[in-house]
This record gives sequence, structure tokens and C-alpha cells, in this order.
Amino acid sequence: MPSLDDLKKRIKSVKSTQKITKAMKMVAAAKLRKAQENAEKGRPYSKKMQNIILNLTKTINDPESAPKLLVGTGKDQIYLCVVLTADRGLCGGFNSNICKLAKTQFKKILSEGKNLKIISVGSKGLDLIKRHYGKYIVKKFSFKDRKQISFDDAKIIGDEIINLFNNNEFDRCILFYNNFKNVITQIPQAQQIIPAENNSNLNEENNQFYEFEPEEDEILEDLLPKNISTQIFKAFLENAASEQGSRMTAMDNATRNAGDLVDKLTINYNRSRQASITKELIEIISGAESL
Amino acid sequence: MSEKFSLEILSPESLIIKTDVKQVVIPSFEGEMGILKDHIPLITFLRPGLVKIFNEDEKTFFVEEGTVEFANNNLLILTSSAVELPSKNKQSLVSLLSEAEKQIISEEITDKEKYLLSYKIETLKSITR
Repeated sequence: MPSLDDLKKRIKSVKSTQKITKAMKMVAAAKLRKAQENAEKGRPYSKKMQNIILNLTKTINDPESAPKLLVGTGKDQIYLCVVLTADRGLCGGFNSNICKLAKTQFKKILSEGKNLKIISVGSKGLDLIKRHYGKYIVKKFSFKDRKQISFDDAKIIGDEIINLFNNNEFDRCILFYNNFKNVITQIPQAQQIIPAENNSNLNEENNQFYEFEPEEDEILEDLLPKNISTQIFKAFLENAASEQGSRMTAMDNATRNAGDLVDKLTINYNRSRQASITKELIEIISGAESL
Repeated sequence: MSEKFSLEILSPESLIIKTDVKQVVIPSFEGEMGILKDHIPLITFLRPGLVKIFNEDEKTFFVEEGTVEFANNNLLILTSSAVELPSKNKQSLVSLLSEAEKQIISEEITDKEKYLLSYKIETLKSITR
């Protein structure tokens, strides 16, 4: 049985933790609004970009001559996985969910006897992956010092990926990130970006003949690298919103749990205080009786 | 019958403008291009230049690059850099200009880059004056 003093100290410390988690929740909520706005604003751009590429793809009849970024190298041996995570912790299952998904994919790739390469973005994910898959990591990125990730940052990563691709370092590229659905739900996602996935169900009826200027090939060659950066940027935005959402829920839970704990401890404290008073009374009474 | 079609200019960060317009002139890769309603479907690139939007009033944007799609009377311009003119932030345009001027002197650039840069300088000069 802890003494009254101990209980008092514990209550105090839990209360101060609660204050911190509450403040973190508020901060996350404020940041979330902005991040969510950004994510929603960024969606149309990447979607429309995908659409244009899709329309372009339809006009290409001969896969031999199509750019490699679109149709792939024709092989299926080396996988490049880009894992996007946050740079800060205390955001619930955010980082671990991405890594869990990525790890199952890694396992699958390796068990099929294929080669694996990993690019990690964000320091938290790196810590989680490093232990088991450290030797596969080819590149690390961290944008810890940035307040907000800009398109140029996404472009750095995009250029790096394209560089690796042009050197025939991999055949397939998969992007891992959290898709922001709403504040409580974020869905970890694996998106293949090279070769461009064929979402043929998208916009099927729009079968038009476009006029191209310059030629299709030239447009595609310029557009595909841009699209990769765009997709990465979109993933960044989704991730940023998801991170804040996830942190907000996690901190909300923590605050509530701390509240519960304080209640429980307070009851305990009061009970033992009463018990000690009763004990003292009994002692006095029984002392008086014996006289 | 209305003579207008819809125009959207999108950047990765946000929607810049969405409106109905009568005519748009875009600086396409191989020359300026005027687009009216019922233009045939088109996909093209932009070089640095001015996007002019004609409506009751006239609006001008400076773009460095971009992708344009026109289909079903929807004109879509995807660009990472659209600045509405006259710009409040003239300083950044001036610095863009001096940067471009530095780049065009360097030896390592390809003809295509040179072509793009020369347009960039020309446009920037005309708007910063």
C-alpha cells in the first residue's frame, strides 16, 4: 500500500502529463486543419496528371517504343520500395502502420527470390526498418528541418528515383504512405509508380483523339518524370495530414486515459486518507476505553 | 448559345483559378496558341511565357512550365509556377530573371534549355520593366 504522500506525487505527475498531451492534441488539431487543406488541394493536380498520362498511354500502340518509365523494363527482378514516414513520434500507429505494410511486402518480395532496395524518407520509419532490413537501404532522406514540405523536396526524391531507374538499378518502384481518409482513419497504402500502374477502369468512356504538340513520345518523356514527383508530393501531403490526424487521436486518447488514471488515484488517495483517520480514531477510542 | 468554356489552372499546392472564359492564349512549346470554345482535344506543353485569359476583363499569368489538356470544352493547365500579373512580389520575378540570365551564359546547357531560357528572359524582361 503506497503512502499518502506517494499517491499525491503520482496524481501530480499524471496531471502534468495530461497537460502535455492535451497541449499536443491542440497543436496537432491546429496543424491538421492546414495539412488537411493542403492534401485536399493537392489531390486534383495529381489526379488530373494521372488522367493525362492515361489518355496518352491509350494512343501508344507499340509497347516496344514506349518510354521505359511507362511500361517498365520488362523484367521483374529488382524492387525499389520508397517508405514515407514522419520525422516525429508520438503519433499513435502512424509510423508503425506504414512499416508493417512495407515489411509484409518486403517479406513477400524476398521470399519470391527477388532483390530488394529501400529508400527511406523520414527518420521514424528508418528506425523501424533498419533493424531487419538495414542492409537493403540504399538511400535515406529526412526533411526534419522543414516546416512544410514543398514540391521541390518531392522533386529531389523523384529525381533520385529516376536517376536510379536510368542506371537500371531496379525494375519496379513501390511507394508506401498513409492515405488520409478522415481524422480517425488513415489507410496505409502501397502504390506502384514505376511502371505506371494501369488503372484502365478510370475514365474509360473518354476515348478521344488528341492533337499533340510536340509528338506523343516527347510529351510522355517529359511528363512521366514530372508525374513521379507529383505522386511523391501527393504522398507527402497525404502523409502530413495523416500524421497530424493520427497524433491528434493518439493524444486525445492519452489525455482521456490520464484523466481516468487521475480519477482512480484520487479515489485511492481519499480512501486511504479516510482509512488512516478511522484508524487513528479507533486508536484514540480504544485508548480511552482502557482507562 | 454561350461562347464560353471552362478553365482550370492547378498547381501542386492549390487551385489557382477556375472560371468560365471566352478565350485563352497559352505560350505552348512551339508557339503561342489561342484557344476558343470547341477546340479539338489537345495535349501540349508550355514554355515560359504569359497565359492570357480573355473574359469581360483580361487576366494574365506568368508561367515557367506546364502541361495543358483541352477536352470536352475543359481547358486544364497544370503548372508548378503561375504568378498572376501584375505581381505584388516583383522582387522574386527580378531575381528569377537574373538567375535565368546567369544560366543562359553557362556552357553546359542543351539547345532545348537554351530555347526555354531565352523565352523566360524575354518574358520576364517585358513584365518587370
